[in-house]
Order: sequence, then structure tokens, then C-alpha cells
Amino acid sequence: MVNTETERDTMILNVGPQHPSTHGVLRVVLELDGEIVVNSNTVIGYLHTGMEKTIESERYVQAITIVDRMDYLSCFFNEIGYILAVEKLLGIEVPERVKFMRIILCELQRIASHLVWLGTHALELGAMSVMLYTFRERELILELFEMCSGYRMNSGYMRVGGFYLDFPDGFIDRLKNFINVFPSKINEYETLLTKNIIWKERTVGLGVLSAEDAINFGVSGPLLRASGVKWDIRTAHPYSGYELFEFDVPVGTHGDVYDRYLVRMEEMRQSLRIISQAVKNLPSGPVNVVDRPDIILPPKRNAELGMEEMIHHFKIVSAGFPVPEGETYVAVESARGELGFYLVSDGGNKPYRLKVRTPSFANLQALPLMLKGIMISDVIAVIASIDIVLGDVDR
Amino acid sequence: MGEKEFLISNRIILTSLTKITNWARRSSIWPMTFGLACCAIEMMATSASHHDIARFGSEVFRGSPRQSDLMIVAGRVSRKMAPVLRQLYDQMAEPKWVIAMGACASCGGVFKNYAVVQGVDEIVPVDVYVPGCPPRPELLLQGVMKLQQKIDREKLRI
Repeated sequence: MVNTETERDTMILNVGPQHPSTHGVLRVVLELDGEIVVNSNTVIGYLHTGMEKTIESERYVQAITIVDRMDYLSCFFNEIGYILAVEKLLGIEVPERVKFMRIILCELQRIASHLVWLGTHALELGAMSVMLYTFRERELILELFEMCSGYRMNSGYMRVGGFYLDFPDGFIDRLKNFINVFPSKINEYETLLTKNIIWKERTVGLGVLSAEDAINFGVSGPLLRASGVKWDIRTAHPYSGYELFEFDVPVGTHGDVYDRYLVRMEEMRQSLRIISQAVKNLPSGPVNVVDRPDIILPPKRNAELGMEEMIHHFKIVSAGFPVPEGETYVAVESARGELGFYLVSDGGNKPYRLKVRTPSFANLQALPLMLKGIMISDVIAVIASIDIVLGDVDR
Repeated sequence: MGEKEFLISNRIILTSLTKITNWARRSSIWPMTFGLACCAIEMMATSASHHDIARFGSEVFRGSPRQSDLMIVAGRVSRKMAPVLRQLYDQMAEPKWVIAMGACASCGGVFKNYAVVQGVDEIVPVDVYVPGCPPRPELLLQGVMKLQQKIDREKLRI
């Protein structure tokens, strides 16, 4: 076909939705002039699951299971965002220990998510061995999740008002072991990539997104920070006790693929720093709001033995709990950026409406801008550097 | 079955064509990289260093349906994705097999709504269902082994 602006012969090339390097089922329609991308268009919706609608017919506790599966690489961020929104409507203030436990889980999840990103990003640029390294360490984190929740991914461990169970015995020891081991592993990845000349040739100066464009597109997370904007919700609007921790927000300068790589590598180190502070200062005490028996399940043992607790247990499980009428918006800093939950309650035991502002969806909108004028072989590198999760885009 | 191998010398065995063909097919099932959702991450974990699917001859993930023998439907299939999935299945060369990985691919999972296909067996024939949400890598490996057992029992298709 002929491009109307340049009047040159162009070719339309379709990438996806089944493509090994589109991180799921993204489809990109490229308009090519030779090997140069003239225009591009992203087609999404291949993983539309109707989660927001489904949640309207689920009780507040059941919805945790659904939101887990939105951004499946970082389930704890979905949980904490959703739960903070419900708690805000209920007017609950959780104990200090709960906040620290949530932060430990979230930062572990950030590392796990970045490890998958690093492995696949390198794999797509031809450095296959990096994935084998990163998935090795990811298993260590997943084992920790499995220890406390019984599940490797999509754990559903957090509850409204805290946790059902505390960290199990031996969890903290294993976590400390991980904190000791992991810094040397990050150095190992950096040895493979950071000064690797092929890696730099493929990433430096590629897919540049200026700070102004990034802000205009509503981009957030490492993608925004690589463009030089120091914006992190953990420091800008601290939630769940992040104001008590000391950590740096890494910022890039050029906003290219290489800067995004550097920012995420540094973020893993900072996450580790937060975790070690949280482990050191982990307060003791209850793991849920004990003064709200209308929300918190009684201990399992009591429910088995006592009639009153049994009825109480049955009531919460079968009917849920009402949430006062109102609406709220809570945003958390997920591994990909600002993850916001807008929750409307009509006073019943199910959400009236839950709108999720997912970071991947907003970040993906900047893709055509980043792809304009680059070579077709670099398209994959740019897509990988956004770190999209299609479950997060389509929901 | 019922065929037996006869060892004639250290270098020659006598066996049936069915058995030797099935042995060859089951020992190198090449899956397609067809990740859809959460299960795809566990599929990647299965192929990565810790679980190492290469022990079962299936480490060669192919991007093209023309080169693959096995479609692991890893994740929920939306109504928009369903025709694409069928087209990919049709493009695969015989003999081909399908594993429905996870609750969503098997029966729709927790998503009983307008958007999700309630089980991928509405679209393509499924050989092995792997339960879980998502299944552990060990479970997927067991699914591959079940498929190998199934291939062992197959009649020769040429």
C-alpha cells in the first residue's frame, strides 16, 4: 500500500497475537517502509476476561481470588491495592505487623516480577542463559510464597483486615538466607549484561521516550523513572507504612531501553534493602484487626469446637460482610507502575463497581511513539522493555 | 500392544514399526510457545533450570505451529482468542496433541462469564487435562508423561 503522508510504498506486517516474544497475546500491526517502522498500532483484548464485571457478583473476600489473576506476575500488588481500597471504605487501621508483613511480600514480589522480566527480555535479544539464572532465583522466592500461603503464584494470602495466618515457623530464617544470597546473584546478572557490548548495541539509544511524552501518556513505574521523572507512589503518597523505610528511587537519564534495564536492576537492590529493614524491625503482635469480629474469621480450632464461633465462621463465609456506602480510589506502586483501584460500594456485601487502573494498559499506549522510526528487529526489544503483562492490560 | 522386541545381537533389535514410531514420537514432543496467561509463567518455569523439561525430551519450544507437535494451552482462552487458537491448531502438522493446562483451559476456571471460553475442548480436541490454578511445574511434567503413555498406546498413523 502507499503511505498517504510520504507517498512511499509501505508494507503491513502483523505481529502476534501468537508470537513468542509479545509477552502473551499482544498484537501489533506494523507499517513498514523497508525495514523501518513508519506507523504501528496495538490491538489488545485477546485476553479479556471480564474480571471487573465478574467481581460485581462476588463477595469482597472472593474478589481477592479474581484480582490475583489480573497481573499474574505480581499478585501481591493486586491484593494489597484492592484490600487497601476495601479497608479504606470500612475505616480499618491494620496493626503495624500486618503493614510490615505486606511490605515484605510486596517487595519480594517486585523482585520476582523483575526477574521474569529480565529473563524474558534477555531471551528475546538472544541471551538465553540469563533466563536460566533468573528463574533459579525466582524459585527461591516462590518457595517462600508457598511456605506462607501454600501456593506459588496467585496466592490469595492477604485478607481484608490483615492475614488469616501468620508467617509460618522458619519463614524468617529462610527469608534472611535469601537476603544474604541474592545481592551476589544480581551482580552475576550484571556481569552477564551490563557491560556486554552486544547487549549495549541492542539497547542503548533505542525506543527513547522523553519525560514530557511519558507524563502526557500517563506512563508510570520504571518506564517513567527511566525517562528521568522521579515519581514513585511509595514515596510520593506512602501507603501501608512505606514512610518508615529508607530507600532510593532510581532514575534514568535518556529514557531508552538500556536505562529501563538499569532502573529495574537498581530497583531489585532497593527492594532487598526494604525487605532487610522490614525483617529487622518486624513488630510482634496480632496479624489482623482483632476488634472487628464481623470481618475477621475466628481461629479454626475455636470454630471446630465452639457452637458460637461455628455460627460466626459460617456467617462470614456464606454471607460475607457489608461495606459502608461510598467510593474510593487507592493506588499502589506495582512492579509495572501505578496500580489503582476505584471501588464503589452500595452498602452491600459485594462491590457495586470496581474499576482498575492498570499500569500496563497506560504504559502500552506509548508503544507506537517508541516504535516510530526504528528498525523492525528492534521492535521486540522495545516491547520487552515496557514489561507489559497482558492480563494486566486486558483484565 | 503385545509386540515384543527381540535382541538379535548387541547392535540389532527386532520390533514393530508401531512401537519404534511411537517411541520416537513420545521421546521428543516439541511444544509450541503458546502462553496465554498465568499458566504460561509456570510453563516457562517448567522449561527453566529448576524443573528442566528437557529431561522428558520437550525442551524445544517452537514459535511456529508448523514445527510443533504439542500445543500446551496455558491460560484462559477469551472469545476473541478462540478463532486464533483453532487456526493455530489447524496449522500444526499431524501427529499433534493438546494439553489443556490449568483450570481455565480445562473448564473456564473461576471465570464463568461472557468473555472466557468454558474449556478449550469446545474448540480443539484435548488429550490431557492438567488441573490447578496455575498447576505446579511438577504437575505439568506429569501431564507430559501422561501424554507419553498415551502416545505409547496409539495405533500407527501415517
